[in-house]
Amino acid sequence: MKMKRSLISQLNASIMVNAIYAMINYPIVLISTLLAPFSLLIVITFVSRGSLLPIAVGGALIMTMISAGTSLQQDLSHLKNDFKVQDMVVSSPTSSWIYLVGMALSEIVYSMPALIVLAVLAALYISSNAAGYLAIIAVLAIMFVFSVSLGFILSTYSSDIVQSWAFSGIVSTIISALPPVYYPITFIPLPFRYLAYISPATYAAEIVQNATGLISFSNTTILIDWAVIIIVSAIVAGLAIKKSKWRED
Amino acid sequence: MKTLICDHISKRYEKGKYALSDVNFSIPAKGIFALIGRNGAGKTTLIRILSTQLLPTSGSATIDGIDVVEQEGRLRDIIACVPQEARAVGWVTPKQFIVSYLMWRGFSIKESTHRMNEAMKRLGIQKYMDSPNRVLSGGTKRKVLVAMAMSSEARILFLDEPTTGLDPISRDELWKTLMKLKKDHFIFLTTHYLEEAEKLADKIGILEGGKIMALGTMEELRRKVKYPYSIKILSKTGMIKPKYGDIIRGVDGQYQIVTTESEANRLSKELIDRKVRFSMNPLALEDIFYYIVKKPIEEEQYEDEEKPY
Ligand SMILES: Nc1ncnc2c1ncn2[C@@H]1O[C@H](COP(=O)(O)OP(=O)(O)O)[C@@H](O)[C@H]1O
Ligand SMILES: [Mg+2]
Repeated sequence: MKMKRSLISQLNASIMVNAIYAMINYPIVLISTLLAPFSLLIVITFVSRGSLLPIAVGGALIMTMISAGTSLQQDLSHLKNDFKVQDMVVSSPTSSWIYLVGMALSEIVYSMPALIVLAVLAALYISSNAAGYLAIIAVLAIMFVFSVSLGFILSTYSSDIVQSWAFSGIVSTIISALPPVYYPITFIPLPFRYLAYISPATYAAEIVQNATGLISFSNTTILIDWAVIIIVSAIVAGLAIKKSKWRED
Repeated sequence: MKTLICDHISKRYEKGKYALSDVNFSIPAKGIFALIGRNGAGKTTLIRILSTQLLPTSGSATIDGIDVVEQEGRLRDIIACVPQEARAVGWVTPKQFIVSYLMWRGFSIKESTHRMNEAMKRLGIQKYMDSPNRVLSGGTKRKVLVAMAMSSEARILFLDEPTTGLDPISRDELWKTLMKLKKDHFIFLTTHYLEEAEKLADKIGILEGGKIMALGTMEELRRKVKYPYSIKILSKTGMIKPKYGDIIRGVDGQYQIVTTESEANRLSKELIDRKVRFSMNPLALEDIFYYIVKKPIEEEQYEDEEKPY
């Protein structure tokens, strides 16, 4: 007789272990996750005397999505290498994608405090139409899928904490330090501007900046931006399901 | 149907030597199977292959007719595993950890809580239910993981060294629990305590250097060794040469003679006459283990080394 398994429970388990219990047992993590996206937001806002605040808020939202992937990578590597949680989960009915989706959601729960504050700031300072807000939400969702998929793949390949630090260092630099998410890309001098296009975050930022109405890009640029983030995220998500090191060989 | 068949399993890690070579056996998938072997023998490698965490380099295995390599999804529905180095996650409590594990398996939170309570009670660790895992003693941490595996619906439990690090009383308690569990579970455990294998297991496998050296019930293993009696020479000198039997070296480095009952009697008289201190016993599992893992010492070898006469 086959047991009926609740998918909701299976997803909840990851959210509880990786977010809820961590927050309940160590409330200090709430403060740290709340503060994370605000440092650059504040700097940019002050330096631009407030004029770039809407763009910086959009940037902070994108960065929150990207850091969800970096944290996911670190959390899963820690659970895998120091507690052997991945081995226990592999030898159970929980499939890699249920584990991935649950853990990805846990990172959203974990970033909730910051997301709420940013959403309020966005509502106050980003003046856009419904289509613009929808575009911003879609971009955030796509960037989230991209970054958690990448984080998941890397976590399954990491075999100890030093390796996992190295992964997140490299990924943070390429994906999040390089691209102009908190400010317009024109702030970057020309030859270096092309470098920023290595990161999908740059394309995401262009769409969000365009949606705020403060900077406008040509329709072709925006179309390319959408194509790039959708295709890259789909590829990385596909790799996460197919190429993660779930069972070792 | 309830059978575990290992079909010529070999495992070679990247650029390494073979951790398992041609492991080939078949046992009933019920009761307790104990895999004993020294560190590095390949126990963890085998348990990880059977519990679908690791792919073999060649060969395969089936459990209840389910192929571990090809049908891992079906097998994962009926197994639970406590890896050798597993630890209950540090920032949660045993209660939270076990409930989460059961929810991962798809139980409702209510059912998970109920099962968690039952398992903690059975292992006598309810009082630690709400302390963070990181403050628990090593033994309690191990028990939390065993409670986790047994609280699930899995019929097949893989426990990699479940009692390592437990004090004798805790170990005894865990043994009792395992003896109860084995009535409706198949427990595949590894250990390097021979006593544990002897006490618990319906079948015992001896793994050494990636090879299965012997496998069977305790009785069958005893029969592997031609001689039922062992004489341990306790004095530094006074080694004696048996007419029938073998000489092996035990864990403490002492020589011991394994031989027939009548020869043991004859030797004991001679040893008494020569005032040599010795002990005489029926073969214990430990003696069998050493007999099987380390072949009997060739005569020249001990003659050169210690001149027993
Ligand atoms: N991930 C690995 N990579 C390379 N060699 C390994 C790995 N894991 C284990 N080994 C080697 O395989 C052999 C068997 O190890 P293991 O299965 O852990 O033995 P046991 O559990 O009996 O102590 C050892 O020689 C060990 O060094
Ligand atoms: Mg081991």
